[in-house]
Amino acid sequence: MNPTLVAVRAGVARGGIEVRQSLTNVQDLWNYFFPNFAFLVVMFFMRDATVPGTNFSLGARTLPSVLGGGLAFGALVTMMMTLTVEREDGTLLRAKAVPNGMLGYLVGKVVQVAGMSLIGSAILVIPGVFLVDGVAPAGPEAWLTLLWVLVLGLVACLPLGAIFGSLFANPRNVGVIMLPIMGLVATSGIFYPITNFPVWLQWIGQAFPVYWLGLGMRSALLPDELAAVELGGSWRHLETFGALGAWAVLGVVVAPIVLRRMARRESGSTVAARKEKALQRIN
Amino acid sequence: MTIVGQPERTPEPAGVLPEQPVLDVRDLRMRYGSTDVLTGVTFTARPGEVLTLLGPNGAGKTTTIEILEGFRMRSAGEVTVLGVDPAHGDERWRARLGVVLQSWRDHSKWRVRELLGHLGSYYLPYSTDQVRRPWDIDELVDVVGLTPHAHKRVGRLSGGQRRRLDVAIGIVGRPELLFLDEPTAGFDPEARREFHDLVHRLSDLEQTTILLTTHDLDEAEKLADRILILAGGSIIADGSAEQLARRMSSEAEVKWSQGGERFVHATTDATRYVRELFQQHGDGITDLEVRRATLEDTYMALVREFESGRGATALREFEGANR
Repeated sequence: MNPTLVAVRAGVARGGIEVRQSLTNVQDLWNYFFPNFAFLVVMFFMRDATVPGTNFSLGARTLPSVLGGGLAFGALVTMMMTLTVEREDGTLLRAKAVPNGMLGYLVGKVVQVAGMSLIGSAILVIPGVFLVDGVAPAGPEAWLTLLWVLVLGLVACLPLGAIFGSLFANPRNVGVIMLPIMGLVATSGIFYPITNFPVWLQWIGQAFPVYWLGLGMRSALLPDELAAVELGGSWRHLETFGALGAWAVLGVVVAPIVLRRMARRESGSTVAARKEKALQRIN
Repeated sequence: MTIVGQPERTPEPAGVLPEQPVLDVRDLRMRYGSTDVLTGVTFTARPGEVLTLLGPNGAGKTTTIEILEGFRMRSAGEVTVLGVDPAHGDERWRARLGVVLQSWRDHSKWRVRELLGHLGSYYLPYSTDQVRRPWDIDELVDVVGLTPHAHKRVGRLSGGQRRRLDVAIGIVGRPELLFLDEPTAGFDPEARREFHDLVHRLSDLEQTTILLTTHDLDEAEKLADRILILAGGSIIADGSAEQLARRMSSEAEVKWSQGGERFVHATTDATRYVRELFQQHGDGITDLEVRRATLEDTYMALVREFESGRGATALREFEGANR
């Protein structure tokens, strides 16, 4: 029996168990439903407005954008949060004390966060398509686009979340990076077309994966005519693949290095010291 | 400073030849910045032995254990754990260790049995004909007394139950060597007794070598084949509870009643004193009590002596007494 294979299989099972747990506690259910409910309300009120220069519903344009942006944001932030929290509570150290436990843990995290992101997307999309008109993948090609954008987008964002997560030893400091991430989502043309932003802001948006996930989802779910209102007047599939692929490669190369460094530093006394510090802050 | 030629309390595991020690620590040193935490720790452990590490807070107990667990790099010294340098231990080596740390708060959403089953599954490839890994989960849950709580969420367990789960996780892979850092903190007397039975079971039946730290000297005395006292970054005493008590504190306390009055006398030779007492007063002596120094007395005396700067002298005297 190959120990690596056993650990990967244990990791997949672990991810599955943790996804199931996320469906049975109030906190996680709130996180699933509340933001998506808010987005749906926003889209509902946007349904009569039109995309500038067309007579297509702005609400319908927003649904795929939010789907892409939400996937990026969810994958990044959930990964980051769970890593910092589970480092503090000793889950990571526990994984380190078990043979190949670190491998199983990471596989489990990827499965868990990817699973939770997909559930979140379903909660948004299923009521969304009934709420606004004109959103549907047209033909097998569109489904294929949806699939590769989804997979590549998750592979781009999950390691990035893990890298950020391992940089913060204290979950209470994660807020420092939450604000820039939210700002990034705002500049990525999710809620309002990026073409209306100043050019320098457009470049910032295009440097990160959030914009490309949104664009990729729009290309899969919206009629082809709407490509005309995007930057360059096209869905830019090649550029989407390039940008998301570059982030994915970067993440897959850097994340293991950063994670290994983080794991090496974990020991009983570091966990105890963080607990001590957390308690002091409460008192 | 090992004790040689002591006929008592040296467990020779049946069928095990005098072989390579499970733990072999020589002149272990640890320095953080310019502070020396460990200044030369030396000790060994044989298979099936239960060792207790005692010492004041900040003496370096946790640092020592973390180095042995492979969670921390040492500054200097030679260390082998199950024949392997823990700084380069691989996963196969890791599978033979069990670790129970001081405080865990992890996996609070998991259910007890589910978590043990999951963590146990990593050990499956390391099962051998001699050691079946992992432990059968239902049996393990029963051994640590969590059967009524097997389907409870970990976050809902009481402090003592949580600790028992920690121990269960530590032994789920049937380790050859188990590290326990203050395992009974927060236990009520009954849970403590059950835990002691478990430790005896592990060392007697499963041949598990155990290194544990505790602040409970009574517990140390009950569990340990050998007690190591760590102070000021090195081991200042190494021996069974009796050996430590007999050698360190020379004074025993003799109490008796005579003619309705209570007497107390401290003496280095209690036997001779009592004999003389009876020779002189015969039947007049009642309620006789002889109290040898407890481990607590010994421990306090050793540590106090060490801290008052005469550590080196105490050490030499102690070594001398052992030869």
